[in-house]
Amino acid sequence: MYSIVTTAILHGIDSLPVQVEADVSDGLPVFEMVGFLASEVREARERVRTALRNCGHQLPAKRITINLSPSNIKKSGNGFDLPITVAILMSLGILQEEAFRDTLVIGEIGLNGAILAVDGILPILLKARERGIRRCIVPKDNRREAALVKDIAIISVDHIKSVMDYANGAYTIEEEASPPSLEDVAEPLDFADVNGQGMLRRACEIAVSGMHNLLMIGPPGAGKTMIAKRIPGILPPMELSERMEVSKIYSVCGMLSACEGLVERRPFRAPHHTISPQGLSGGGVIPKPGEVSLAHRGVLFLDELPEFQKSTLEILRQPMEDKTITISRVNGSFTFPADFLLVCAMNPCKCGYFPDRTKCHCANTSIRKYLARISQPLLDRIDLCAEAQPVTYQELTGRVKGESSAQIRERVLMAHQIQKERFQEELWYFNSQIPVARLAEYCMLGKKETAYMERIYQKLQLSARAYHKIIKLSRTIADLAGSDRITTRHLSEAVCYRSLDKKYWEV
Amino acid sequence: MEDLIYAYWLANISGIGTKTIHQLYKYCGSAKAVWHLSGSELKKLYGITEEAAVRISRSKKGWDLDKEWDKLLARGISFVSLEQHSYPARLREIYDPPYGLYYLGHLPPDEAPAVGIVGGRACSPYGKEIAKRSGKCLAGNGVSVISGMARGIDGFGHEGALEGGGSTYAVLGCGVNVVYPPEHAGLYERILEKGGILSEYPPDMSPRPGFFPMRNRLIAGLCDLLLIIEAKEKSGSLITADYALEQGKDIYAAPGRITDPLSAGCNRLIRQGAGILLSPEELVGEMSFLSEKNKLPLEKSERLVYSCLDLLPKSMEKISEETALDIATLAEILFALEEKGLVQETWQNHYISVN
Repeated sequence: MYSIVTTAILHGIDSLPVQVEADVSDGLPVFEMVGFLASEVREARERVRTALRNCGHQLPAKRITINLSPSNIKKSGNGFDLPITVAILMSLGILQEEAFRDTLVIGEIGLNGAILAVDGILPILLKARERGIRRCIVPKDNRREAALVKDIAIISVDHIKSVMDYANGAYTIEEEASPPSLEDVAEPLDFADVNGQGMLRRACEIAVSGMHNLLMIGPPGAGKTMIAKRIPGILPPMELSERMEVSKIYSVCGMLSACEGLVERRPFRAPHHTISPQGLSGGGVIPKPGEVSLAHRGVLFLDELPEFQKSTLEILRQPMEDKTITISRVNGSFTFPADFLLVCAMNPCKCGYFPDRTKCHCANTSIRKYLARISQPLLDRIDLCAEAQPVTYQELTGRVKGESSAQIRERVLMAHQIQKERFQEELWYFNSQIPVARLAEYCMLGKKETAYMERIYQKLQLSARAYHKIIKLSRTIADLAGSDRITTRHLSEAVCYRSLDKKYWEV
Repeated sequence: MEDLIYAYWLANISGIGTKTIHQLYKYCGSAKAVWHLSGSELKKLYGITEEAAVRISRSKKGWDLDKEWDKLLARGISFVSLEQHSYPARLREIYDPPYGLYYLGHLPPDEAPAVGIVGGRACSPYGKEIAKRSGKCLAGNGVSVISGMARGIDGFGHEGALEGGGSTYAVLGCGVNVVYPPEHAGLYERILEKGGILSEYPPDMSPRPGFFPMRNRLIAGLCDLLLIIEAKEKSGSLITADYALEQGKDIYAAPGRITDPLSAGCNRLIRQGAGILLSPEELVGEMSFLSEKNKLPLEKSERLVYSCLDLLPKSMEKISEETALDIATLAEILFALEEKGLVQETWQNHYISVN
């Protein structure tokens, strides 16, 4: 007897529908599975057979054929066990077909018949809803994640027996507690904990306000990492659509079950400098999102920037331009979102104390070599550069608290609002994304300011690119000040935060 | 302007010295208030003798404020008193500044550095040459050259300054309209074109021996640095040097041969620790170093920033902390200073002072 069950497979952060067909007929007793299967799917045969036997359903001595279609897509992942089981039971006439019509079935099976969680439930269910599926059988451990998708009935199961109960109408749908609201999500890390570092704090504020990438330079132990970790906290809270996007990525990576419901806080990813290019970009036979995507809508923090492999850093170029990353593999091209704020930190030299020559004894050549490790194309994409100062004892023991994240965030929100209004008819959202051709339109300088900028241009021997960056930065600084016009005051502040130009690297 | 009328009167009461005027000014605060004091009130003031009080009261009767002032103006002579802002700031700071100053042309500007060049009336070709060269070099570098228009070194100092195209100022020991010595009539005219003639003595006053040491105190008072060329062991130039020392000014002397009596005073000054003039150019270099910190035409905030910099690179963060200025303001100031060539950015956002 023939039967069919609907399931789905992850494809990037999307999913594709897969039909599981089962046919049980007379013939030599054989359990055959076809349909371009990865080995973990092929192994399902033994799991299903054993699990069914342990649940009291010995497979009959018949010819059992399973086909996963469409057959041109490689089937991978652990979610096929349950649909295969259901399809066989339907073919054997043990389960009724009506119970599984227009129903998506997914889950892994243990040998005792227990149903185990799978990755990527969220994107799979979202896609299923789009396709008109109104019912879904998911492992119990995935029920919180599944509950995030509205308008779809979730049947969560933890054992083959509960699937049977469901088919026999003995299942009651439990109401899931709704995920915590946004107000409850307090940022655990506050800028008030950072003592001193006035310039760096301000740089963070500017960076976040205009979504400018930031490079922090300073001696070890000055608090660069500490500050970086607090940057997500001054970004505006994520909107629902953003949270959904981020949650999808985390779901695919199996990182969503760790949190309750949707991802609420902006991600902060700090990969170690030994990370491989694939780790950063995402990879695998069926690619999974990498760090750039996990940092989507949040902060990607690269500590010890010069220690990263050059080839690894080159990966960042595409996502920083396009806000997405495309990975091409045998099984096709996968595009993951990767819209993050890049925050980098580095020491100015090997020992870390340059330019304080009383402490730094690095030879000039060694400093040059150290700095030259960072690729120019990457530097070109960093608008802001700020220095961390060594912490003085007074600051360390100071009781005076700095500004709190909430206070900073208020100003950031205002700047974002100004930009939202300004760019409502454009394709971009932030000052850092203004194309060079449109700079003159959005960052007009008055006569006095033009003259001032010309003098700066001459004095610092700026490149065209550096000039554009300063203009964009000053636009953000003006926005933060609530000023329509860019004044010399804004320009001169922007100049302080310009990224390191090569001139200074010639120590 | 009204204050000036009264100040002019106060400065011109016959038989009243600088000291008495200072007393009156100190008690009353302005010349106008002095004018309105009655005779009996005057007598009560501490330090004012009865005789002086009588003189003051009497002088009021014969003095028509407006008429006298107009008379002075009609002669093209300017007058400034301690009460005015235009009074030279350097002079205001000395121990006994003259209450009133008469001048033709204009006063030496406060913001430009000033060097006094003084020396003996009898000078050798060597002294003449040095005086001329120094005047020329200094004036050419924007330094006001101050001297006494006396014969010898003073005159050559002025000459050199005029040659250098700069401005030079002569402080006289007589009225500003009196040309003394007469052979400097031509020089007098040329100084007027490029600078000014100053005196604390009223117009028409002829030179008296006692006036010259007092005049020297003004030369010392008007300059930042005093350069002495060819001074004998006992000479008026050394009096100027004493005043300059008292007023805390720097003293430089041009060395001479040890056998040369004309330079004996200079050499002794050097031995006592005065700066030695090796070349006028070098002096200009040192001048700018001496003067930069407090004599440059800097705004208050610029000076504040500049004064906390030295030759060790300092980060903006640190400067901001020390000056309590925010980063944006600081950046503007530092840029302005850098344009003036006073500071240098050695590494990003790290500054040192140069010069």
